[in-house]
Amino acid sequence: MTPAEPKTRRSFLGTLAIAIGGAVGAVMAIPLIRFATWPMRHNGGSAAWFPLGAVDKFADTTPVRAEVEVRKTEGWRATVTKQTVWVTHDGVGKLRVLSAVCTHLGCIVPWKPELKQFVCPCHHAFYSADGAKLSGPQPRGLDSLPIKVENGTLFVKYQYFRQLTPKPEVIG
Amino acid sequence: MSIGDWMERRVGWRRLMHEGLDEPIPGRSRWAYIFGSGLLFVFMNQAVTGVFLALYYVPSADHAHKTVEFISKQVSAGAFIRSLHSYGSSLMVVILLLHLLQTYIYGAYKNRRELLWLFGCFLFVLVLGMSFTGYLLPWDQKAYAATAVATNIISEVPLVGNGLKTFLRGGTEMGTLTISRFFAMHILMIPAAIVAALALHVFLFRRAGAAGPPTTEDKLRALPVEPFYPRQVLKDFAFGLVIIALLMVLAMARPTSLGPMANPSDPTYLPRPEWYYIPIFQWLKYWSGPASIIGIVVIPALLFLLLFALPFFDRSPERRPHKRPIAIGSMLLVFGGLVWLGARSYTEDRRDPAVHARLLAQEEEERRFAAAPFAPEEVTAATSSTVQKLTAPESKGALLFVSESCAGCHGPGAKGGAGLFRLPNVATTFPGEQLKAILRKPNATMTEGGMEPIVLKDDDLDGVIAYLKVITQGR
Repeated sequence: MTPAEPKTRRSFLGTLAIAIGGAVGAVMAIPLIRFATWPMRHNGGSAAWFPLGAVDKFADTTPVRAEVEVRKTEGWRATVTKQTVWVTHDGVGKLRVLSAVCTHLGCIVPWKPELKQFVCPCHHAFYSADGAKLSGPQPRGLDSLPIKVENGTLFVKYQYFRQLTPKPEVIG
Repeated sequence: MSIGDWMERRVGWRRLMHEGLDEPIPGRSRWAYIFGSGLLFVFMNQAVTGVFLALYYVPSADHAHKTVEFISKQVSAGAFIRSLHSYGSSLMVVILLLHLLQTYIYGAYKNRRELLWLFGCFLFVLVLGMSFTGYLLPWDQKAYAATAVATNIISEVPLVGNGLKTFLRGGTEMGTLTISRFFAMHILMIPAAIVAALALHVFLFRRAGAAGPPTTEDKLRALPVEPFYPRQVLKDFAFGLVIIALLMVLAMARPTSLGPMANPSDPTYLPRPEWYYIPIFQWLKYWSGPASIIGIVVIPALLFLLLFALPFFDRSPERRPHKRPIAIGSMLLVFGGLVWLGARSYTEDRRDPAVHARLLAQEEEERRFAAAPFAPEEVTAATSSTVQKLTAPESKGALLFVSESCAGCHGPGAKGGAGLFRLPNVATTFPGEQLKAILRKPNATMTEGGMEPIVLKDDDLDGVIAYLKVITQGR
């Protein structure tokens, strides 16, 4: 064997190699981490405007049930699910579109024409025709969804709300 | 006591480091010896990038192509990581050939290194298997066509050929089962075999010791010896840095392409394999008819057999290349032949105007696809997880089950779920008229759980009951 390299030189080279290797590893880790955490930065975005039909169709003050197709993107695929909304009017006759999801525990709330109220079949949450809370365990009235009218067509943007909070909180 | 001493007592790492780093190299460190470590670097790159790609890839004919497109076009650094993986596979083949040539030219397979060589050859085949199985996974035109051709070639093998082809494809035609098994081979079986063979290869290498330069026994003994660390380690390390830098530059400058999704019904598509299979691809063109078995099976099998068995028949201790004209000559012949075949393939493609135009069109198609914006795969989710044929009252019941908010507490199909109440088999729990009664007037347990009396017309309730019977007990 040739005389071994001086000890200090050996350990200096070793430290240098480890340092460079560590630096290269750290640089390579950046794209890998960004790659793996992509879903944390892209949660599907908000829903698109969905046409509910001609606005005149909803002139009646009785709430009308309508179905909204909600498109949700999970990475490489998009799913379309149907959600129920109620088209109704507020106290001064302005058009409103309500999410049919009970603000108590999330059951779908039907309209009871004989009572002229929304009655949740799960835990007896009562809402008035414009969605306001009447009585029951629910913390707030039915949530109203963003709407717009374009060329006589009513559009709605479907949203999901958190249950059991006094103020509506959009969660997606 | 220092941490080093504490660890030493439990792990014995100093002895391990000594074993690993102080391996004597006769005739000192050389740049010629860097390829083995180089392969380890590339293997690490393949393993890490491969594991990350698996975060998004789906091995199915329906989704494979879409998920690879998603990786390439949407995910942060996705094109970069996929390119590292795909260029890494090419680089693996290049460095593997260099490692093989160096060992061959240096006569380093001699002197009780038969098993070491054998495991090296085995690893060579496994690496080719990795590139073969990995090439299909993006499921684009090029991947599909190349694998269709390659698996057809396998059917040329006498007796077992057709069976082998069907086995590899998971059927007579290529499809979703082909992807599943190629995926399993690519990420589970072959890597496991590689790790095992690699461990034995390295163990046998250490056991035999470094071969040193190609010279006579006497001169070799007189040469100065240098430990593996630091000089050889640093040379290997420098090569590792070059590899990573090269892969990064390639991945950034020319990201790996992805063509349109495989379309088996397109007969005009001209398949071309990855560059390192081109010489074999060209070779196959020269064989047709009954003689093709010689060209397609016998000659390649013979060459591989010769390669594997080399140290068993080349028994002379002579290692100097200029004293081994047959060995070096046949190596030059085979490599020269492969290079010639590869070059022929490219020039033939270029000279045939129809082929040339078609290949250019395919490249253009690929570029267009790569430039097109990503659109997710559209799925219309079924409202119920159970797809069953229902009678009229049952389907009315199914609608009522949702509109009366039963599903809100019992889950779709009354299957329950987190925070939901799964329904028991209603027909046996509440036989006869009991079921109707309990739905109209729930018992205390049910009321406690939040169940409300059902107010429905009689025939509507019958529909609900019919539906409940279907979903809780089946037919």
